[in-house]
Amino acid sequence: MDLIADRGRRVTVEELNTTRLLAHARKQAHKRGFDDILIVDVDAHHYENEHYDEFLPFMENDVLRQLVTVGRSTRQRPGIVPIPTGYQDMGGRVTRYPMRSSEKTDQGQLRDVQLGHRWMDAMGVDYSCLFPTGMLNIGLHPQTEMEVELCWAYNRWLTEKVMPEAGGRFFSLLCLPFADPDAALRQVETFGGRKHVGGFMITTVRANIGVHDNAYMKVYRAMEERGLAIAFHSGVNWSDIAFKNCNRFISVHALGFTWYNIVNCTNWVINGIGERFPGLPVIWMESGLAWVPFLMQRLDHEYMLRPSEAPLLKKKPSDYMRDMYYSSQPMEIQDYDAMETTFRMINAETQLLYSSDYPHWDFDLPSTVWDLPFLSERAKHNILGGTAARLFKLAPRNEKQKANLEKFGNLAAA
Amino acid sequence: MPEKFVARLDEFKDGERRIVFVGDNEIGVFRHQGAFYAYSNFCLHQGGPACEGLTIAKVEERLRPDKTSMGLYFSESEMHFVCPWHGMEYDMKTGECVADRRKKLKKFQVVQKGDEVYVLA
Repeated sequence: MDLIADRGRRVTVEELNTTRLLAHARKQAHKRGFDDILIVDVDAHHYENEHYDEFLPFMENDVLRQLVTVGRSTRQRPGIVPIPTGYQDMGGRVTRYPMRSSEKTDQGQLRDVQLGHRWMDAMGVDYSCLFPTGMLNIGLHPQTEMEVELCWAYNRWLTEKVMPEAGGRFFSLLCLPFADPDAALRQVETFGGRKHVGGFMITTVRANIGVHDNAYMKVYRAMEERGLAIAFHSGVNWSDIAFKNCNRFISVHALGFTWYNIVNCTNWVINGIGERFPGLPVIWMESGLAWVPFLMQRLDHEYMLRPSEAPLLKKKPSDYMRDMYYSSQPMEIQDYDAMETTFRMINAETQLLYSSDYPHWDFDLPSTVWDLPFLSERAKHNILGGTAARLFKLAPRNEKQKANLEKFGNLAAA
Repeated sequence: MPEKFVARLDEFKDGERRIVFVGDNEIGVFRHQGAFYAYSNFCLHQGGPACEGLTIAKVEERLRPDKTSMGLYFSESEMHFVCPWHGMEYDMKTGECVADRRKKLKKFQVVQKGDEVYVLA
Protein backbone atom coordinates (compact mmCIF):
# COMPACT_ATOMS: atom_id res chain seq x y z
CA MET A 1 0.00 0.00 0.00
CA ASP A 2 1.25 3.49 -0.81
CA LEU A 3 1.30 6.38 1.66
CA ILE A 4 1.81 9.99 0.63
CA ALA A 5 4.94 11.57 2.10
CA ASP A 6 6.65 14.88 1.29
CA ARG A 7 5.68 16.72 -1.91
CA GLY A 8 3.22 14.01 -2.91
CA ARG A 9 5.96 11.34 -3.00
CA ARG A 10 4.52 7.84 -2.68
CA VAL A 11 6.08 5.42 -0.22
CA THR A 12 5.18 1.76 -0.31
CA VAL A 13 4.66 0.07 3.04
CA GLU A 14 3.41 -3.40 3.85
CA GLU A 15 -0.33 -3.75 4.25
CA LEU A 16 -1.39 -3.63 7.87
CA ASN A 17 -1.38 -6.80 9.90
CA THR A 18 -1.38 -6.11 13.61
CA THR A 19 0.39 -9.36 14.45
CA ARG A 20 3.14 -8.55 11.95
CA LEU A 21 3.36 -4.91 13.06
CA LEU A 22 3.75 -5.98 16.68
CA ALA A 23 6.15 -8.86 16.04
CA HIS A 24 8.79 -7.11 18.12
CA ALA A 25 6.32 -6.77 20.99
CA ARG A 26 5.82 -10.53 20.86
CA LYS A 27 9.60 -11.01 21.05
CA GLN A 28 9.73 -8.75 24.10
CA ALA A 29 6.88 -10.64 25.76
CA HIS A 30 8.54 -13.99 25.11
CA LYS A 31 11.93 -12.84 26.37
CA ARG A 32 10.43 -11.50 29.60
CA GLY A 33 8.13 -14.46 30.24
CA PHE A 34 4.98 -12.34 30.13
CA ASP A 35 2.78 -15.34 29.43
CA ASP A 36 3.45 -16.43 33.03
CA ILE A 37 2.32 -13.08 34.41
CA LEU A 38 -1.27 -11.89 34.42
CA ILE A 39 -1.21 -8.65 32.47
CA VAL A 40 -4.23 -6.37 32.45
CA ASP A 41 -4.43 -3.42 30.11
CA VAL A 42 -6.87 -1.00 31.75
CA ASP A 43 -7.07 1.38 28.78
CA ALA A 44 -7.22 0.04 25.23
CA HIS A 45 -9.41 1.23 22.41
CA HIS A 46 -11.44 0.14 19.48
CA TYR A 47 -12.94 2.22 16.69
CA GLU A 48 -16.63 1.97 17.45
CA ASN A 49 -17.21 4.85 15.05
CA GLU A 50 -16.56 2.36 12.24
CA HIS A 51 -19.48 0.25 13.47
CA TYR A 52 -22.31 2.75 13.73
CA ASP A 53 -24.43 0.37 11.64
CA GLU A 54 -24.19 -2.13 14.46
CA PHE A 55 -24.88 -0.01 17.50
CA LEU A 56 -27.06 2.93 16.46
CA PRO A 57 -30.07 0.60 16.15
CA PHE A 58 -29.86 0.21 19.95
CA MET A 59 -30.89 3.85 20.42
CA GLU A 60 -34.22 4.02 22.27
CA ASN A 61 -35.78 7.18 20.89
CA ASP A 62 -37.40 6.64 17.50
CA VAL A 63 -36.91 10.19 16.31
CA LEU A 64 -33.26 10.52 17.31
CA ARG A 65 -32.44 7.08 15.93
CA GLN A 66 -34.07 7.95 12.60
CA LEU A 67 -32.13 11.20 12.56
CA VAL A 68 -28.73 9.51 12.67
CA THR A 69 -29.40 6.36 10.70
CA VAL A 70 -31.49 7.28 7.68
CA GLY A 71 -29.95 8.97 4.69
CA ARG A 72 -26.38 8.24 5.71
CA SER A 73 -24.81 5.73 3.44
CA THR A 74 -21.21 5.62 4.60
CA ARG A 75 -20.13 3.19 7.29
CA GLN A 76 -18.41 5.81 9.39
CA ARG A 77 -21.28 8.35 9.30
CA PRO A 78 -19.52 11.62 10.04
CA GLY A 79 -21.33 14.21 12.10
CA ILE A 80 -22.81 11.97 14.78
CA VAL A 81 -20.15 12.61 17.42
CA PRO A 82 -18.06 15.82 17.40
CA ILE A 83 -14.53 15.35 16.09
CA PRO A 84 -11.94 17.74 17.54
CA THR A 85 -9.23 19.07 15.27
CA GLY A 86 -5.97 17.16 15.50
CA TYR A 87 -3.34 14.99 13.84
CA GLN A 88 -3.00 11.87 15.95
CA ASP A 89 -1.47 9.97 13.01
CA MET A 90 1.30 12.57 12.45
CA GLY A 91 0.62 12.85 8.75
CA GLY A 92 0.70 9.08 8.27
CA ARG A 93 3.97 8.58 10.17
CA VAL A 94 2.06 6.29 12.53
CA THR A 95 1.03 4.00 9.72
CA ARG A 96 -1.70 1.99 11.43
CA TYR A 97 -4.01 5.01 11.23
CA PRO A 98 -4.17 5.48 7.45
CA MET A 99 -3.83 1.74 6.83
CA ARG A 100 -6.38 0.54 9.35
CA SER A 101 -9.03 -0.30 6.77
CA SER A 102 -6.53 -2.47 4.86
CA GLU A 103 -6.19 -5.02 7.65
CA LYS A 104 -7.92 -8.30 6.84
CA THR A 105 -10.03 -10.15 9.39
CA ASP A 106 -12.01 -13.37 9.16
CA GLN A 107 -15.72 -13.56 8.54
CA GLY A 108 -17.86 -14.85 11.36
CA GLN A 109 -16.24 -13.07 14.31
CA LEU A 110 -16.46 -9.39 15.16
CA ARG A 111 -13.59 -7.46 13.58
CA ASP A 112 -12.86 -5.51 16.76
CA VAL A 113 -12.58 -8.71 18.76
CA GLN A 114 -10.13 -10.19 16.27
CA LEU A 115 -8.03 -7.04 16.15
CA GLY A 116 -8.09 -6.76 19.93
CA HIS A 117 -6.89 -10.31 20.40
CA ARG A 118 -4.09 -9.75 17.88
CA TRP A 119 -2.54 -6.89 19.78
CA MET A 120 -3.20 -8.47 23.17
CA ASP A 121 -1.53 -11.72 22.13
CA ALA A 122 1.42 -9.84 20.69
CA MET A 123 2.01 -7.84 23.86
CA GLY A 124 1.25 -10.65 26.29
CA VAL A 125 -1.89 -8.90 27.57
CA ASP A 126 -4.48 -11.22 29.09
CA TYR A 127 -7.36 -8.79 29.64
CA SER A 128 -8.16 -5.42 28.12
CA CYS A 129 -10.51 -2.78 29.39
CA LEU A 130 -12.06 -1.70 26.13
CA PHE A 131 -12.88 1.94 25.52
CA PRO A 132 -14.22 3.67 22.43
CA THR A 133 -12.37 6.21 20.32
CA GLY A 134 -14.87 8.61 18.73
CA MET A 135 -17.20 8.39 21.69
CA LEU A 136 -14.47 9.86 23.88
CA ASN A 137 -15.72 13.17 22.46
CA ILE A 138 -19.34 12.56 23.41
CA GLY A 139 -19.05 15.26 26.06
CA LEU A 140 -18.73 17.86 23.31
CA HIS A 141 -22.09 16.95 21.80
CA PRO A 142 -24.37 19.97 21.93
CA GLN A 143 -27.47 17.85 22.61
CA THR A 144 -27.73 16.25 26.04
CA GLU A 145 -30.45 13.86 24.85
CA MET A 146 -28.23 12.67 22.01
CA GLU A 147 -25.35 12.03 24.43
CA VAL A 148 -27.70 9.94 26.55
CA GLU A 149 -28.99 7.99 23.56
CA LEU A 150 -25.56 7.31 22.04
CA CYS A 151 -24.13 6.15 25.39
CA TRP A 152 -27.10 3.88 25.87
CA ALA A 153 -26.76 2.37 22.41
CA TYR A 154 -22.99 1.91 22.72
CA ASN A 155 -23.28 0.36 26.17
CA ARG A 156 -25.92 -2.11 24.96
CA TRP A 157 -23.88 -3.06 21.88
CA LEU A 158 -20.71 -3.48 23.90
CA THR A 159 -22.31 -5.59 26.64
CA GLU A 160 -24.63 -7.62 24.40
CA LYS A 161 -22.59 -8.11 21.22
CA VAL A 162 -18.91 -7.26 21.51
CA MET A 163 -17.73 -8.44 24.93
CA PRO A 164 -19.68 -11.72 24.91
CA GLU A 165 -17.79 -12.66 21.74
CA ALA A 166 -14.36 -11.91 23.18
CA GLY A 167 -13.78 -15.14 25.07
CA GLY A 168 -13.92 -13.30 28.39
CA ARG A 169 -10.80 -11.24 27.64
CA PHE A 170 -12.49 -7.84 27.31
CA PHE A 171 -14.12 -5.91 30.08
CA SER A 172 -15.14 -2.27 30.15
CA LEU A 173 -15.93 0.79 32.17
CA LEU A 174 -18.97 1.90 30.23
CA CYS A 175 -19.65 5.38 28.85
CA LEU A 176 -21.57 7.49 31.32
CA PRO A 177 -23.79 10.28 29.92
CA PHE A 178 -22.51 12.78 32.43
CA ALA A 179 -24.50 15.69 31.03
CA ASP A 180 -27.68 14.15 32.46
CA PRO A 181 -27.26 12.83 36.02
CA ASP A 182 -30.66 11.10 36.02
CA ALA A 183 -29.86 9.30 32.80
CA ALA A 184 -26.41 8.44 34.12
CA LEU A 185 -28.01 6.85 37.17
CA ARG A 186 -30.40 4.84 34.99
CA GLN A 187 -27.48 3.50 32.96
CA VAL A 188 -25.59 2.52 36.12
CA GLU A 189 -28.71 0.72 37.35
CA THR A 190 -29.29 -0.95 33.98
CA PHE A 191 -25.79 -1.94 32.95
CA GLY A 192 -23.87 -1.96 36.22
CA GLY A 193 -24.63 -5.57 37.00
CA ARG A 194 -23.88 -6.96 33.56
CA LYS A 195 -21.07 -9.35 32.86
CA HIS A 196 -17.71 -7.82 31.89
CA VAL A 197 -18.68 -4.42 33.39
CA GLY A 198 -16.18 -3.12 35.93
CA GLY A 199 -17.65 0.32 36.30
CA PHE A 200 -18.23 3.50 34.34
CA MET A 201 -16.09 6.03 32.53
CA ILE A 202 -16.60 9.76 32.25
CA THR A 203 -15.08 11.44 29.24
CA THR A 204 -13.57 14.58 30.65
CA VAL A 205 -13.41 16.73 27.52
CA ARG A 206 -16.55 18.69 28.28
CA ALA A 207 -17.73 22.26 28.25
CA ASN A 208 -19.29 22.04 31.69
CA ILE A 209 -18.31 19.43 34.20
CA GLY A 210 -18.46 19.84 37.94
CA VAL A 211 -17.80 16.44 39.43
CA HIS A 212 -18.71 17.84 42.84
CA ASP A 213 -22.23 18.90 41.85
CA ASN A 214 -24.90 17.56 44.19
CA ALA A 215 -26.71 16.07 41.21
CA TYR A 216 -24.01 13.41 40.83
CA MET A 217 -23.97 12.10 44.39
CA LYS A 218 -26.70 9.56 43.68
CA VAL A 219 -24.68 8.31 40.70
CA TYR A 220 -21.55 7.84 42.78
CA ARG A 221 -23.53 6.15 45.52
CA ALA A 222 -25.09 3.74 43.03
CA MET A 223 -21.65 2.79 41.74
CA GLU A 224 -20.18 2.42 45.22
CA GLU A 225 -23.09 0.21 46.33
CA ARG A 226 -22.49 -2.08 43.37
CA GLY A 227 -18.76 -2.38 43.88
CA LEU A 228 -18.04 -0.61 40.60
CA ALA A 229 -15.19 1.74 39.73
CA ILE A 230 -15.39 5.22 38.24
CA ALA A 231 -12.82 6.36 35.70
CA PHE A 232 -12.10 9.76 34.24
CA HIS A 233 -10.71 9.40 30.73
CA SER A 234 -8.97 12.49 29.43
CA GLY A 235 -8.55 13.82 25.91
CA VAL A 236 -7.89 16.87 23.78
CA ASN A 237 -10.01 19.72 22.50
CA TRP A 238 -8.13 22.32 20.52
CA SER A 239 -11.27 24.48 20.43
CA ASP A 240 -11.25 24.81 24.20
CA ILE A 241 -10.49 28.39 25.13
CA ALA A 242 -7.57 27.14 27.25
CA PHE A 243 -5.77 25.93 24.14
CA LYS A 244 -6.76 28.42 21.48
CA ASN A 245 -3.39 30.10 21.79
CA CYS A 246 -1.52 26.85 21.08
CA ASN A 247 -0.41 26.67 17.44
CA ARG A 248 0.84 23.06 17.34
CA PHE A 249 -0.94 19.80 18.08
CA ILE A 250 1.97 18.64 20.24
CA SER A 251 1.23 21.50 22.62
CA VAL A 252 -2.50 20.81 22.81
CA HIS A 253 -1.90 17.09 23.26
CA ALA A 254 0.78 17.48 25.92
CA LEU A 255 -1.32 19.89 27.95
CA GLY A 256 -4.87 18.79 27.17
CA PHE A 257 -4.64 15.22 28.38
CA THR A 258 -3.33 16.39 31.73
CA TRP A 259 -5.40 19.54 32.08
CA TYR A 260 -8.85 17.96 32.16
CA ASN A 261 -7.84 15.42 34.76
CA ILE A 262 -6.09 18.08 36.83
CA VAL A 263 -9.31 20.11 36.98
CA ASN A 264 -11.56 17.17 37.76
CA CYS A 265 -9.20 15.62 40.27
CA THR A 266 -8.89 18.97 42.04
CA ASN A 267 -12.65 19.34 42.36
CA TRP A 268 -13.00 15.71 43.45
CA VAL A 269 -10.42 16.06 46.19
CA ILE A 270 -11.19 19.55 47.47
CA ASN A 271 -14.90 18.80 47.75
CA GLY A 272 -14.24 15.71 49.80
CA ILE A 273 -15.84 13.21 47.42
CA GLY A 274 -13.32 10.69 48.70
CA GLU A 275 -14.69 11.18 52.24
CA ARG A 276 -18.26 10.84 51.00
CA PHE A 277 -17.67 7.64 49.00
CA PRO A 278 -14.63 5.94 50.50
CA GLY A 279 -15.52 2.62 48.91
CA LEU A 280 -15.67 3.95 45.35
CA PRO A 281 -12.46 3.21 43.41
CA VAL A 282 -11.44 6.20 41.27
CA ILE A 283 -9.13 5.85 38.25
CA TRP A 284 -7.51 8.72 36.36
CA MET A 285 -6.85 7.66 32.80
CA GLU A 286 -4.49 8.53 29.97
CA SER A 287 -2.87 11.57 31.43
CA GLY A 288 0.51 10.04 32.09
CA LEU A 289 1.93 10.42 35.58
CA ALA A 290 3.98 13.61 35.72
CA TRP A 291 0.93 15.73 36.56
CA VAL A 292 0.19 13.82 39.76
CA PRO A 293 3.17 14.98 41.89
CA PHE A 294 2.61 18.50 40.56
CA LEU A 295 -1.00 18.54 41.69
CA MET A 296 -0.23 16.87 45.02
CA GLN A 297 2.28 19.56 45.85
CA ARG A 298 0.05 22.42 44.72
CA LEU A 299 -3.02 21.23 46.58
CA ASP A 300 -1.15 20.31 49.78
CA HIS A 301 0.55 23.69 49.83
CA GLU A 302 -2.71 25.61 49.49
CA TYR A 303 -4.64 23.32 51.84
CA MET A 304 -2.20 23.95 54.68
CA LEU A 305 -3.15 27.63 54.52
CA ARG A 306 -6.79 27.45 53.45
CA PRO A 307 -8.39 24.37 55.09
CA SER A 308 -11.57 26.38 55.63
CA GLU A 309 -12.25 26.06 51.89
CA ALA A 310 -12.02 22.28 51.99
CA PRO A 311 -13.75 21.48 55.31
CA LEU A 312 -14.66 17.89 54.46
CA LEU A 313 -11.03 16.85 54.30
CA LYS A 314 -9.57 14.88 57.19
CA LYS A 315 -6.12 14.55 55.70
CA LYS A 316 -4.02 16.25 53.06
CA PRO A 317 -5.19 16.33 49.44
CA SER A 318 -2.22 14.20 48.43
CA ASP A 319 -3.36 11.51 50.85
CA TYR A 320 -6.68 11.31 49.05
CA MET A 321 -4.85 11.20 45.74
CA ARG A 322 -2.82 8.26 47.03
CA ASP A 323 -6.09 6.44 47.63
CA MET A 324 -6.90 6.69 43.93
CA TYR A 325 -5.67 4.71 40.95
CA TYR A 326 -3.80 5.92 37.88
CA SER A 327 -3.44 4.30 34.48
CA SER A 328 0.19 4.28 33.45
CA GLN A 329 0.19 5.46 29.86
CA PRO A 330 1.79 7.55 28.49
CA MET A 331 4.63 7.17 30.98
CA GLU A 332 6.97 10.13 30.63
CA ILE A 333 10.20 8.11 30.60
CA GLN A 334 12.85 10.78 30.14
CA ASP A 335 14.24 11.12 33.64
CA TYR A 336 14.35 7.97 35.78
CA ASP A 337 14.99 9.93 38.98
CA ALA A 338 11.87 12.03 38.43
CA MET A 339 9.90 8.94 37.55
CA GLU A 340 11.07 7.09 40.65
CA THR A 341 9.94 10.06 42.76
CA THR A 342 6.59 10.01 41.00
CA PHE A 343 6.17 6.30 41.67
CA ARG A 344 6.95 6.86 45.33
CA MET A 345 4.53 9.78 45.61
CA ILE A 346 1.59 7.90 44.10
CA ASN A 347 2.29 4.59 45.88
CA ALA A 348 2.66 3.00 42.48
CA GLU A 349 3.09 -0.45 43.94
CA THR A 350 -0.58 -0.49 44.93
CA GLN A 351 -2.14 2.36 42.90
CA LEU A 352 -0.70 2.21 39.40
CA LEU A 353 -2.43 0.22 36.69
CA TYR A 354 -0.68 -0.70 33.43
CA SER A 355 -2.38 0.61 30.30
CA SER A 356 -1.33 0.45 26.68
CA ASP A 357 -3.80 2.84 24.99
CA TYR A 358 -3.30 0.69 21.91
CA PRO A 359 -3.89 1.27 19.04
CA HIS A 360 -3.50 5.00 19.60
CA TRP A 361 -0.28 6.70 18.58
CA ASP A 362 1.49 6.93 21.95
CA PHE A 363 0.79 3.41 23.23
CA ASP A 364 3.03 1.76 25.84
CA LEU A 365 4.09 -1.88 25.88
CA PRO A 366 4.18 -3.89 29.15
CA SER A 367 7.99 -3.78 28.91
CA THR A 368 7.89 -0.05 29.70
CA VAL A 369 6.90 -1.04 33.24
CA TRP A 370 8.82 -4.32 33.47
CA ASP A 371 12.13 -2.77 32.46
CA LEU A 372 12.09 0.10 34.97
CA PRO A 373 15.30 -0.31 36.99
CA PHE A 374 13.95 0.91 40.31
CA LEU A 375 10.88 -1.34 40.66
CA SER A 376 10.66 -4.35 42.95
CA GLU A 377 9.37 -7.65 41.60
CA ARG A 378 6.18 -7.18 43.59
CA ALA A 379 5.64 -3.71 42.10
CA LYS A 380 6.13 -5.00 38.56
CA HIS A 381 3.61 -7.79 39.04
CA ASN A 382 1.11 -5.52 40.78
CA ILE A 383 1.30 -2.75 38.21
CA LEU A 384 1.16 -5.01 35.17
CA GLY A 385 -1.93 -6.82 36.34
CA GLY A 386 -2.09 -7.89 39.97
CA THR A 387 -3.73 -4.72 41.25
CA ALA A 388 -6.23 -4.70 38.37
CA ALA A 389 -6.94 -8.41 38.94
CA ARG A 390 -7.94 -7.58 42.51
CA LEU A 391 -9.91 -4.48 41.51
CA PHE A 392 -11.87 -6.16 38.70
CA LYS A 393 -11.78 -9.75 40.03
CA LEU A 394 -10.01 -11.16 36.99
CA ALA A 395 -8.98 -14.80 37.02
CA PRO A 396 -5.54 -16.08 35.99
CA ARG A 397 -5.40 -17.73 32.57
CA ASN A 398 -2.86 -20.41 33.46
CA GLU A 399 -1.28 -22.05 36.49
CA LYS A 400 1.89 -19.93 36.44
CA GLN A 401 -0.18 -16.77 36.43
CA LYS A 402 -2.17 -18.14 39.36
CA ALA A 403 1.01 -18.88 41.29
CA ASN A 404 2.31 -15.37 40.64
CA LEU A 405 -0.98 -13.80 41.73
CA GLU A 406 -0.92 -15.85 44.92
CA LYS A 407 2.71 -14.97 45.57
CA PHE A 408 1.89 -11.26 45.66
CA GLY A 409 -1.56 -11.50 47.24
CA ASN A 410 -3.49 -10.62 44.11
CA LEU A 411 -5.57 -13.73 43.55
CA ALA A 412 -9.11 -12.37 43.76
CA ALA A 413 -10.89 -14.67 41.34
CA ALA A 414 -10.22 -18.29 40.51
CA MET B 1 32.11 -10.26 9.20
CA PRO B 2 29.53 -12.39 7.37
CA GLU B 3 27.75 -10.97 4.36
CA LYS B 4 24.00 -11.20 4.10
CA PHE B 5 22.37 -10.95 0.70
CA VAL B 6 19.91 -8.06 0.49
CA ALA B 7 18.70 -7.86 -3.11
CA ARG B 8 19.70 -7.77 -6.73
CA LEU B 9 20.61 -4.22 -7.67
CA ASP B 10 18.11 -4.03 -10.52
CA GLU B 11 15.32 -5.17 -8.18
CA PHE B 12 16.14 -2.64 -5.43
CA LYS B 13 14.91 0.71 -6.72
CA ASP B 14 15.75 4.10 -5.31
CA GLY B 15 13.33 5.02 -2.50
CA GLU B 16 12.77 1.39 -1.53
CA ARG B 17 13.82 -0.55 1.58
CA ARG B 18 14.46 -4.16 2.45
CA ILE B 19 14.44 -5.90 5.82
CA VAL B 20 16.93 -8.73 6.22
CA PHE B 21 17.10 -11.21 9.07
CA VAL B 22 20.40 -12.33 10.55
CA GLY B 23 19.70 -14.77 13.37
CA ASP B 24 17.61 -12.82 15.90
CA ASN B 25 18.77 -9.57 14.42
CA GLU B 26 16.88 -7.50 11.85
CA ILE B 27 18.45 -4.93 9.59
CA GLY B 28 16.68 -2.33 7.49
CA VAL B 29 18.44 -1.41 4.25
CA PHE B 30 17.41 1.74 2.42
CA ARG B 31 18.32 2.91 -1.07
CA HIS B 32 18.15 6.68 -1.07
CA GLN B 33 19.44 8.96 -3.81
CA GLY B 34 21.74 6.25 -5.13
CA ALA B 35 23.34 5.37 -1.79
CA PHE B 36 22.61 2.50 0.56
CA TYR B 37 22.08 2.86 4.31
CA ALA B 38 21.55 0.02 6.75
CA TYR B 39 20.42 0.20 10.39
CA SER B 40 19.15 -1.97 13.19
CA ASN B 41 15.41 -2.45 12.82
CA PHE B 42 14.81 -2.07 16.56
CA CYS B 43 13.62 1.40 17.53
CA LEU B 44 15.47 3.03 20.43
CA HIS B 45 12.16 4.11 21.94
CA GLN B 46 10.17 0.93 22.61
CA GLY B 47 11.73 -1.53 20.19
CA GLY B 48 9.40 -1.04 17.24
CA PRO B 49 10.33 -1.89 13.65
CA ALA B 50 12.22 1.35 13.13
CA CYS B 51 12.97 0.83 9.44
CA GLU B 52 9.55 -0.38 8.28
CA GLY B 53 7.57 2.84 8.26
CA LEU B 54 7.27 5.99 6.21
CA THR B 55 10.25 7.82 4.77
CA ILE B 56 9.63 11.55 4.80
CA ALA B 57 11.71 14.68 4.47
CA LYS B 58 12.69 16.59 7.59
CA VAL B 59 10.27 19.35 8.53
CA GLU B 60 11.94 22.73 8.91
CA GLU B 61 10.70 26.05 10.21
CA ARG B 62 12.34 28.86 8.32
CA LEU B 63 12.97 32.24 9.88
CA ARG B 64 13.45 35.64 8.32
CA PRO B 65 16.44 37.77 9.39
CA ASP B 66 14.19 39.55 11.89
CA LYS B 67 13.43 36.12 13.47
CA THR B 68 9.79 36.07 12.38
CA SER B 69 8.61 32.69 11.16
CA MET B 70 8.02 31.97 7.49
CA GLY B 71 6.23 28.74 8.36
CA LEU B 72 6.92 25.06 7.83
CA TYR B 73 8.71 23.46 4.88
CA PHE B 74 9.93 20.03 3.85
CA SER B 75 13.74 19.97 3.74
CA GLU B 76 15.37 19.81 0.33
CA SER B 77 18.29 17.75 1.62
CA GLU B 78 17.52 15.78 4.77
CA MET B 79 15.48 12.60 4.58
CA HIS B 80 14.10 10.77 7.60
CA PHE B 81 12.70 7.33 8.20
CA VAL B 82 10.03 6.87 10.82
CA CYS B 83 9.26 4.04 13.20
CA PRO B 84 5.62 3.17 12.52
CA TRP B 85 4.82 2.35 16.15
CA HIS B 86 5.07 5.86 17.62
CA GLY B 87 6.54 8.07 14.92
CA MET B 88 10.12 8.35 16.20
CA GLU B 89 12.16 9.85 13.36
CA TYR B 90 15.70 8.97 12.32
CA ASP B 91 18.14 10.69 9.97
CA MET B 92 18.54 8.54 6.86
CA LYS B 93 22.25 9.33 6.46
CA THR B 94 23.35 8.90 10.09
CA GLY B 95 20.71 6.84 11.91
CA GLU B 96 20.52 9.54 14.56
CA CYS B 97 17.25 10.06 16.42
CA VAL B 98 16.36 13.54 15.20
CA ALA B 99 14.81 14.61 18.51
CA ASP B 100 18.02 13.69 20.36
CA ARG B 101 21.01 13.19 18.09
CA ARG B 102 23.06 11.64 20.88
CA LYS B 103 20.98 8.52 20.29
CA LYS B 104 21.79 6.48 17.19
CA LEU B 105 20.61 3.25 15.66
CA LYS B 106 23.38 0.72 15.06
CA LYS B 107 24.67 1.21 11.54
CA PHE B 108 25.74 -1.59 9.20
CA GLN B 109 27.97 -1.48 6.14
CA VAL B 110 26.43 -2.18 2.76
CA VAL B 111 28.54 -3.50 -0.12
CA GLN B 112 27.81 -4.00 -3.79
CA LYS B 113 29.20 -7.07 -5.53
CA GLY B 114 28.48 -6.95 -9.21
CA ASP B 115 24.75 -6.56 -9.51
CA GLU B 116 24.04 -7.74 -5.97
CA VAL B 117 23.71 -5.85 -2.67
CA TYR B 118 24.95 -7.27 0.62
CA VAL B 119 24.98 -6.07 4.21
CA LEU B 120 27.83 -6.91 6.59
CA ALA B 121 26.25 -8.19 9.78
